[in-house]
Amino acid sequence: MTLFPGMFHEAWIAMGANRLRTTLTMLGMIIGVASVVLMVSVVQGAQSTVQESINSLGNNTLVILSGSAMMTGGVRTDTGSAPTLTMADAEAIGELSGIAAYAPIHMGMAQLVYGSLNWNGRIFGATPGYLDVRFWPLVAGENFTESDLRSATRVALIGQTTAENLFAGEDPVGKTLRIGQAPFQILGVLDRKGQSFDGNDQDDVLIVPLTTAQRQIFGTPFQGSVRAILVRIERAELMPQIQTAIVDLLRQRHRLREGQENDFSLRDLAAIAQFATETTRTLSMLLGAIASVSLIVGGIGIMNIMLVSVTERTREIGIRLAIGARKIDVLTQFLMEAILISIAGCVIGLTLGIGGSILLHLSVEIPIVISGSSVIVAFFVAAATGIFFGFYPARKAARLDPIEALRYQ
Amino acid sequence: MLGGDGKIIARDTPVIAIRNLYKDYPTPAGAFPALKGISLTVYPGEFVAVMGPSGSGKSTFMNILGCLDHPTYGDYELNGKLVSSLDEEATARLRRRTLGFVFQGFNLLPRMTLEDNVALPLVYSGVPRERRLAKARRLLEKVGLARYAKSLPSRISGGQQQRVAIARALINRPKLILADEPTGNLDSRTSEKIMALFTKLNRRKGITIVLVTHETDIALHARRQVRFLDGVIVQDAPTRKEEGTQP
Repeated sequence: MTLFPGMFHEAWIAMGANRLRTTLTMLGMIIGVASVVLMVSVVQGAQSTVQESINSLGNNTLVILSGSAMMTGGVRTDTGSAPTLTMADAEAIGELSGIAAYAPIHMGMAQLVYGSLNWNGRIFGATPGYLDVRFWPLVAGENFTESDLRSATRVALIGQTTAENLFAGEDPVGKTLRIGQAPFQILGVLDRKGQSFDGNDQDDVLIVPLTTAQRQIFGTPFQGSVRAILVRIERAELMPQIQTAIVDLLRQRHRLREGQENDFSLRDLAAIAQFATETTRTLSMLLGAIASVSLIVGGIGIMNIMLVSVTERTREIGIRLAIGARKIDVLTQFLMEAILISIAGCVIGLTLGIGGSILLHLSVEIPIVISGSSVIVAFFVAAATGIFFGFYPARKAARLDPIEALRYQ
Repeated sequence: MLGGDGKIIARDTPVIAIRNLYKDYPTPAGAFPALKGISLTVYPGEFVAVMGPSGSGKSTFMNILGCLDHPTYGDYELNGKLVSSLDEEATARLRRRTLGFVFQGFNLLPRMTLEDNVALPLVYSGVPRERRLAKARRLLEKVGLARYAKSLPSRISGGQQQRVAIARALINRPKLILADEPTGNLDSRTSEKIMALFTKLNRRKGITIVLVTHETDIALHARRQVRFLDGVIVQDAPTRKEEGTQP
C-alpha cells in the first residue's frame, strides 16, 4: 500500500491531538501487557526454582527410609525413626543391576561449636560415594575416604549455611569444630545446593563418615544400622522395575512374611518433583489465561474509544472523502490508529511489566525469569488486538456516506 | 457559447456535461424527486453561479457534480469522463485531480496545522510529506497566510480559514472548483475579498468555478447565472455587465 506512510502520519497526528484520551485508551492495553509479563516472569521464575531443586536432588534418585508408616504394634511412627535398614542392605541393593550408585545415610541433629559460635545443625553420616549420588561438588578442600569410613575418623564436610553460621567468613578447611566434646576436622566445603522443594535448606548440613556418625555422635542400638539409603539408578525408565526389585530384596533380607507390612519405605523424589513441575505449569497456564482476559478487556476499550472517535470525527471523515480519500484510505487510517495505540500501550506495558518484575525480585527476592519469547508474544498479541478490535470502528468510518458525514454537526 | 472573455470556446471539451439528469430520494411517502431533468454544459474557464431557494435541488446538484452522489437517471461527464462508469478508486482519483471543494463551513480539520490542512489532498496522491508541505506553504503564501502555516485553524478568522480552504482546493491544480455557499458564514467585507480571490483564480488561472449562493450580489461576480426552482433550471443567462459593476 503506497499510502501507508501518509496514513501512518495522519494516525500519528490524530493520536497526538487528543493525548489524554489516547493515554486512557492505552491504559487497558498497558495493564493487560504489564500483567501478562509480570505473571509470566514470576511463574517462570517459580518453575525454574522447581527445576533447580529437581536437579539438586540428582536425577533418577530413589530414597529408601527405614521404618514404615505403620508399625506392627499399631503404633504410628515417622519413617526413618526405627533403624531397620543396615549397611549390609545397602551393599545388597548395590549389587542389583541398573543401580548407578548408592549411599547409606545416618542423620540427626547436633550442637556444633566453633570458637564462641554454635549452631544446631543437621548431621549426615554417609559414605564417600554420597556426594557422587547427589551430584554435589566441593568448592574447597577434599572428600573423606574409604579409610576414614573404616576407622571412623573425626572428619567432616561442611555445607554453606553451616559454614556461614559457624565460621562467619573464615575459611573452614583445616579448622576443627566440636560436636559435644569431640573435635572434628573440616576436610572440605560443599557447593551451595539451595532449598529442596519441600522447603529444607540443603546447605544446613555437616557430612561425616557414616561409621563416625553411628558410633561417636548418635550411637545406635543396632550395629551397622542406617536411617536411609540413597540410590541413583542408571536410567529413568528402570525406575518401576528397580523399585520392585528393591522391595523384593529387602523383604527377603528382613524375612518379612506374606501379608506383613514393609518395615521400610521407598520414595521416588523425581516423581514428587515432577508433580511439583506440573503444578506450576498448571498455575502458569491459569495466570496466563487471566492475564489474557485483561488483554481482551484492553482491546475492547480500544474498540470502544475508536467507535466514539469515529462518531466524533464524522465530519473529518466526510472532508477526507470529499477531497479524494478512498474508503480504503479511511479504513487504513483508523486501523493504523488502533494498532499504534495498541503497540504503544504494549511497549509501555512491557516496560512496566519488566520493571515491576525486577522490582519484585529486588524487594521480596522472588525468583523471576524474563523470557524474550513472552515479550515477542505480548507484542504480536497487542498488534493483533489492535487490528481485531480496530477493524470494526475503522470499517464503520470507511462506510460513512460523505454527504451525510459533511452535514454532520 | 460565450466564455469568460467573450471568446468562442465551444470546441473545447466541456468541464461539465450534464444531460437530462434526475435524482429521486426515497422517503416514507414514496420517491421524492429532487432533480427533474437537468441539462447543463460548462466549458473551461467559465464562472457559474448556481442560485435558487433552499429545497430547489441545488445542493443535490452540487453533490452530484462533486461525485459524492449518483444521479438516479441521466449522464454526467466530468472533464470528458462519464462518472457513472467509474469505480470507487477512479472516482476518488477524479475528485482529487480534477475537483477542488470549498465549503460554507470551511471544513478545515481542527487538530491539524494549516499547512497540513492545505496539504491533506496530496496525502491521498501519495506525495511525500516534505514535498506536500512545501507546496502547501507556497499556496498559503499566495492567499497571504504564510505566517500562519504552523497554526491551528482556530487561531485565525473565518475569512482567513476560507482562504486556507481555497488554498487546499487549489493544491492539486484542479480544472473545476465547486464552492458551496463559500461566503455564507462571512460578513460582507470578507465575502468581497473571498469573491475577489475566486475572480482572480478564474481570470488569471482559467480555473472553472461553479458556485452556489443565494445572495444576488455574490452571484454578480460570476459571469453566468443558473437559477434552480423545484428541481429544474428555470434560468440560465450571462450576468449582465451593468449588474456586474460594483458600487
